[in-house]
Amino acid sequence: MALDFLGLDITWDATLRNVILGSMILGLTSGVLGTFAVLRRQSLIGDALAHAALPGICIMFIVTGTRSSELLLLGGALSGLVGTAVLLAVTRWSTVKQETALGIVLSVFFGFGILLLTRIQHSGDSAQSGLDRFIFGQAATILPRDVLVMSIVATVAIGVVVLLFKEFKLVTFDPAFAASIGMRPDLLGAILAGLLVLAVMIGLQTVGVILMVSLLIAPAVAARQWTTSLSGMVLLSGAFGMAAGVAGSVTSSLVDRLPTGPMIVIAASIIVIFSLLIAPRRGILSTWRVRRIRARQFRAELALTDHHGVTRS
Amino acid sequence: MSQATLTANTTTPASGESVIQVRDLTVAYNESPVLWDVDLDIEPGKATAIVGPNGAGKSTLLKAILGLVPIAAGATRVYGAHLDTVRNRVAYIPQRGTVDWDFPTNALDVVTMGRYGRIGWFRRPGKADRSIAEECLAKVGMSDFAKRQISQLSGGQQQRVFLARALAQEADLYLMDEPFVGVDAVTERAIVQLLHEVRDAGNTVVAVHHDLESVTDYFDNVVLLNVRLIESGPVSKVFTEENLRRTYHGQSNPIAADGTTAAPRSGSELAPVRGVLR
Amino acid sequence: MSAPTIIMITGALVGASCGLVGAYLVLRRLALMGDAISHSVLLGIVLVFAVTGSRAPLPMAIGAGAVGLLTVALVAWIQRTGLVKEDAAIGLVFPFLFAIGVFMISRFPTTVHIDVDAVLFGEIAHVPLYRLELFGRDVGVQAFWTLGTMLAVNLVFVGFLYKELKLSTFDAGFAAAVGMSPVLLHYLLMGAVSATTVVAFDAVGAVLVVAMLVVPAATAQLLTRNLPVLLALSMALGASSAVIGYYLARAIDGSVAGAMATTLGLMFLAAYLLSPSQGLVAMLARRKRQRQNFLRELLIAHVAAKPGGVDITSLDRDFGWARATTARAIRDARSQQRLHLNDEGVLTASQGT
Repeated sequence: MALDFLGLDITWDATLRNVILGSMILGLTSGVLGTFAVLRRQSLIGDALAHAALPGICIMFIVTGTRSSELLLLGGALSGLVGTAVLLAVTRWSTVKQETALGIVLSVFFGFGILLLTRIQHSGDSAQSGLDRFIFGQAATILPRDVLVMSIVATVAIGVVVLLFKEFKLVTFDPAFAASIGMRPDLLGAILAGLLVLAVMIGLQTVGVILMVSLLIAPAVAARQWTTSLSGMVLLSGAFGMAAGVAGSVTSSLVDRLPTGPMIVIAASIIVIFSLLIAPRRGILSTWRVRRIRARQFRAELALTDHHGVTRS
Repeated sequence: MSQATLTANTTTPASGESVIQVRDLTVAYNESPVLWDVDLDIEPGKATAIVGPNGAGKSTLLKAILGLVPIAAGATRVYGAHLDTVRNRVAYIPQRGTVDWDFPTNALDVVTMGRYGRIGWFRRPGKADRSIAEECLAKVGMSDFAKRQISQLSGGQQQRVFLARALAQEADLYLMDEPFVGVDAVTERAIVQLLHEVRDAGNTVVAVHHDLESVTDYFDNVVLLNVRLIESGPVSKVFTEENLRRTYHGQSNPIAADGTTAAPRSGSELAPVRGVLR
Repeated sequence: MSAPTIIMITGALVGASCGLVGAYLVLRRLALMGDAISHSVLLGIVLVFAVTGSRAPLPMAIGAGAVGLLTVALVAWIQRTGLVKEDAAIGLVFPFLFAIGVFMISRFPTTVHIDVDAVLFGEIAHVPLYRLELFGRDVGVQAFWTLGTMLAVNLVFVGFLYKELKLSTFDAGFAAAVGMSPVLLHYLLMGAVSATTVVAFDAVGAVLVVAMLVVPAATAQLLTRNLPVLLALSMALGASSAVIGYYLARAIDGSVAGAMATTLGLMFLAAYLLSPSQGLVAMLARRKRQRQNFLRELLIAHVAAKPGGVDITSLDRDFGWARATTARAIRDARSQQRLHLNDEGVLTASQGT
């Protein structure tokens, strides 16, 4: 079915619908969970998680020979969790700093994944073609079943966030106080990490391993500029994520030779640049204006004092 | 601050039974002792200060009572029971260092978080919780700042908000870690007045305090701590020059460099109170 | 020279270069900035290619290197606004630049015919095929020249600015106070990282470059605290991972770059577990010993403070320790003759304890 949208011809078919739906779900979930990741200064753990998923995807294929996305992504989730465990073990039981540990997990797991992937490719197994779609994302390969799985996972993830909202809020804001009233910051942190794994798995098929981190950070940072409450930030971040998802997937289907993943990231980046610049009171442009006004006032005041520093009336 | 009535404490322990009991408490970080064989009782209905030099274990003592740090030896009891059964009766105001000041939240929101211990899992704060929060915010004189972002508040204002949060917990026991650090003089006076009101209503206040000058004015009892317990009791009896000298100049690490234990100065220094722990 | 040898030497040159500048990245806690640079450099490669139409190494190194520096500057600027935290700023900039790069490659395939896969994973197997011609004469494998020069430049850089780099890494405030410019040094270092990254791309691709920048240095850090040794070790580990990685790739029939990264990971794991000074095994043993000492001292002090001694059966209850723990502490103290156990089961301290 062809649509006339702004004078452009869109072929509204099942593929486009799946792509847009998948991108919306991705944007919503990563916006919501990215809010907590950003507030907990753990944005880049999402990056490590995404990269660490690759070996799991390959191993799942080697073991089961499946082509179904949800099984492959399950493998990815498992190796992502292993990566998180390694990250924790390295940070806690050695002198290696967290940034370095992130870099190690990220690059080593991904490199190992590439080793496995190329081995699979060289083995000539025809079923493996398309495994590399998880690296850059290939939204066009999203099937209706994938959308269904994504929706279920997203519902679970967002559901947990809603149920444990005040717990997540308190342990992020004041973990010492939270512990004193009987909450368990470590346990809740682990749950959040698990939810982050779910969010990453939803996004891998659309934007791929390398760009996933952007969807976890940009919508949340953008939302922060416009709101002063956590619930506001979560809602707005989800909305921005969805908007980026839709904008990216629609533009990439309108213009040929535009890959979906990068377009979604570009859309999200535009949203955050815009927010950083023009948000009221916090935004760069408005603080710049305030500073200029103050500087002018200061200069005016200076002009009123004579050489001896006495203010003339 | 307004003179709203505080919840009168109707469940004070029978006279003679302490509200906090600490027995043989030893806490260590990386096998280096921070608290060593401490025996202590906190008297109910009084304001008690914990003083000592840096690294004396004062914050750690509070955290050990609250179960926030692992204990190497010994035990603590609150209201004669394990802490987990009486958490609702204890309000903790930690040091301000661990808070995320850029968090998107305002003053009223922070105070409302004080109600989270009473709201079960999965539930939201209700109207009643919100109005209690507003009341407590008013008690500390911060009603006008209810919607202000916490990052925009001064040190003194932030401390008032955290005090309001503690009040919102409707507790009987208040544990505070250096509540007057970074706070202006006006706020300090206001907080002290509020603490005395809390105490006069029958509640118990325990505070790690950094300023020796104000101990006699602010507190009824004092605990002198330097890894070991030096002395504890009423300010009039215990807060003496001699004791202060022992606290601030004594050897703080019980384990010497060669791994052996130094004997305590005299047996009377460690005056264990032999209570029965249930 | 056989193709495998060429490939291994190429990898070793990359390992040595990256190990050297990467050591400073790790010491300055900038591992993730290295990751960011190696991703956004793709955009630089794309832009230079679009403008010059060629992949000649020198304009690439300069042009793409500039984009690397741009990344660093952008992240710093965003952090300065105070609106965004450090790690989030990194995660905002590099995916954006990388996405623009991929966008351009996809959208303008004739102008920018770069194979993204090659950029990511490298084509080290093809390295022996490209030879450099100077003035019409074949002077050898191109990669040897580019990587060798890069290594030489890095060595000169580190050599000349050794004490400046050292001081600004460990005490930036003091370095500024004595007249060095930590900011300038920072950007020079980042420039070196960018250039190294670009030059290494041809051979091993972005994935492995990050691993080479971070992992050898982190491994070396677990083995030594001496700066010159750390630098040498980092370079050696990087280089040797190339050799081992090559054989691993042959054995598994997979990508050489991936195998090298995997090898680096295994090396790190070995150091993490077995380093005599900082390894997990050594640390656990040390902790156990310290804990035993500590508990023994605690027991002795407790007993010494009670004039009549302590009934051994009440110890478990008072201390809250496990039976075995208490028993061992008592045993230790008695074997040192500092506690005595009499026939009624009362522990007393020895005189003079």
